[in-house]
Amino acid sequence: MSNLALPKPAASNTGLGAALRHARYILSDNAVTGFAFGLFVLIVLAALIGPYIVPYDPLASDTSVALKPPSWAHWFGTDQLGRDVFSRVIVATRLDFFIAIASVALVFLMGGLAGVAAGFFGGWTDRIVGRIADTIMAFPLFVLAMGIVAALGNTVENIILATAIVNFPLYARVARSEANIRRDAGFVQAARLSGNGEMRILLAQVLPNIMPIMMVQMSLTMGYAILNAAGLSFIGLGVRPPTAEWGIMVAEGAAFMVSGEWWIAFFPGIALMIAVFCFNLLGDGMRDIVDPQRRT
Amino acid sequence: MIGVIFKRLLVAIPSLIGVVIVTFLLTRALPGDPAAYFAGPAATKEAVEQIRSQLGLDKPLPEQFVRYVADLAQGNLGSSLTTGQPVAAEIRARLPASAELTLLGLIVAVVIAVPLGILAATKPNSLIDHACRVVSTAGVSLPVFFTGLILVYVFYYLLGWSPPPLGRLDVFSSPPPPLTGFYLIDSLLAGQGGTFLAALNQLILPALTLAIFSLAPIARMTRASMLAVLSSDFVRTARASGLSPYTVTVTYAFRNAMLPVVTTLGMVFSFLLGANVLVEKVFAWPGIGSFAVEALIASDFAPVQGFVLTMAVMYVALNLLIDILYTLIDPRVRIEA
Repeated sequence: MSNLALPKPAASNTGLGAALRHARYILSDNAVTGFAFGLFVLIVLAALIGPYIVPYDPLASDTSVALKPPSWAHWFGTDQLGRDVFSRVIVATRLDFFIAIASVALVFLMGGLAGVAAGFFGGWTDRIVGRIADTIMAFPLFVLAMGIVAALGNTVENIILATAIVNFPLYARVARSEANIRRDAGFVQAARLSGNGEMRILLAQVLPNIMPIMMVQMSLTMGYAILNAAGLSFIGLGVRPPTAEWGIMVAEGAAFMVSGEWWIAFFPGIALMIAVFCFNLLGDGMRDIVDPQRRT
Repeated sequence: MIGVIFKRLLVAIPSLIGVVIVTFLLTRALPGDPAAYFAGPAATKEAVEQIRSQLGLDKPLPEQFVRYVADLAQGNLGSSLTTGQPVAAEIRARLPASAELTLLGLIVAVVIAVPLGILAATKPNSLIDHACRVVSTAGVSLPVFFTGLILVYVFYYLLGWSPPPLGRLDVFSSPPPPLTGFYLIDSLLAGQGGTFLAALNQLILPALTLAIFSLAPIARMTRASMLAVLSSDFVRTARASGLSPYTVTVTYAFRNAMLPVVTTLGMVFSFLLGANVLVEKVFAWPGIGSFAVEALIASDFAPVQGFVLTMAVMYVALNLLIDILYTLIDPRVRIEA
């Protein structure tokens, strides 16, 4: 019978070693997720060190080389002011990535907490949060984001806020239903019995338990957040020229598309597409791991 | 049946009230003093005060809200600051252009996505299944304004098949006599074949852009729900009874699989109405989206507010329509109600 004994818990079962092994297991299980993760690392690298490694100053114009197609000197060509498109695309990663991360973090704080409270407490809290979510859902999301940025002022902060607000219902609903099925779970009752206050149970017991599903939600909405922000700056809201940002770069290159200078809008557009594609794949992969039943 | 529709209408009312409140609050959140803003930079203090009382901004907030709702009830959305024209009239004149584009885009998307999803579900892991997966993942990743620009570059600049992306008709054609405001329908009604072709030529690229964008969620949902239905017991029974694969797939499975797809259409419309704004900007389409964008750039708030309100009301109405469609497809909903 001795061989039925539980294996001795190895030291590496906790901490960094376990996390790394788990990550490798996930990545080797699904090649597409692994690929998306590789892309994600590249994007993070570009956001972190991009501005220090690009060959040209993203804002320096040199009209003697304006509108040149891609070449060895300028990999992605130059725009109408002679700025290097490659440098601008790489430098823009930081801003776009920051907008997406900030808006997702903000909506997690607003929508996630409101949803958990709604599902856990029920009653009036539930009704108020539900009503707010319904009202936001009554608008086409991009249109509401336009309205919010127009009303609050044309700044990057408001783009982040608007993107967070239009995603509020998604987060609130997921958090609500997840918290609702756990409001009387065994571990919650145990915590209650040992004298914890409701607020403490909510934050210390229920919230950590729904974190995996919220993380999936966050990576699924990252792509949408980037698209939303780029769309807003494409129509002239938020980021202003000459700042390097993908949406605004596509907008600047749009006029040259009809005269054949495709590279000005093409490369920032492709960068945008790759980023969104990467986040969507990553989100799908994470969802498959956390919640295999919802696989489509 | 009528009772069900009536009940759905009642459910839409709180949404509409919410929409009106939010649009009202958005105007009050305008940075700075709206009165000074409307008066212009050169206005004196008295002029600002006069405009303030004229706009009713010196009244308490609830009273302003009542006034706003009363204006809305009369179809008054205020006037544009730059053109001085009433916003409601402008939106009414431009709405058909946007509606024609959006509807055509949706029709193209449904016509491609639904068969694609069904085929992918009936033959899992086949070539068409992989194609469906690629299309639905790539479709949601493509920024809609970028797709539009690529199509313009390929079909206008490289191939020369399409007219320049500048509005609903080329300079040589004149618009057909307005009946519905939809150029395609109006030109057919008036028997102007040339105008019909010209309008269609202009419409193809922007409609295709919107279709590529909305294809993905529809195809994905059709595939997923067909897969679920095809593995259910009643389909197995139908197959075992010797019904032809066509009857099983189309008559038995498809009707049941359509329910989640119809629900997805609500979300697709939300995306579509937003994407419409971007596509209109790319193709210089004279719809309400480009109207709002022009106003946004000029910091002219009344048109933006009117636009947001119109879009939201249309979206609520569309969701209502989808709910009614749902009861038509699914008899169970009728019995439960």
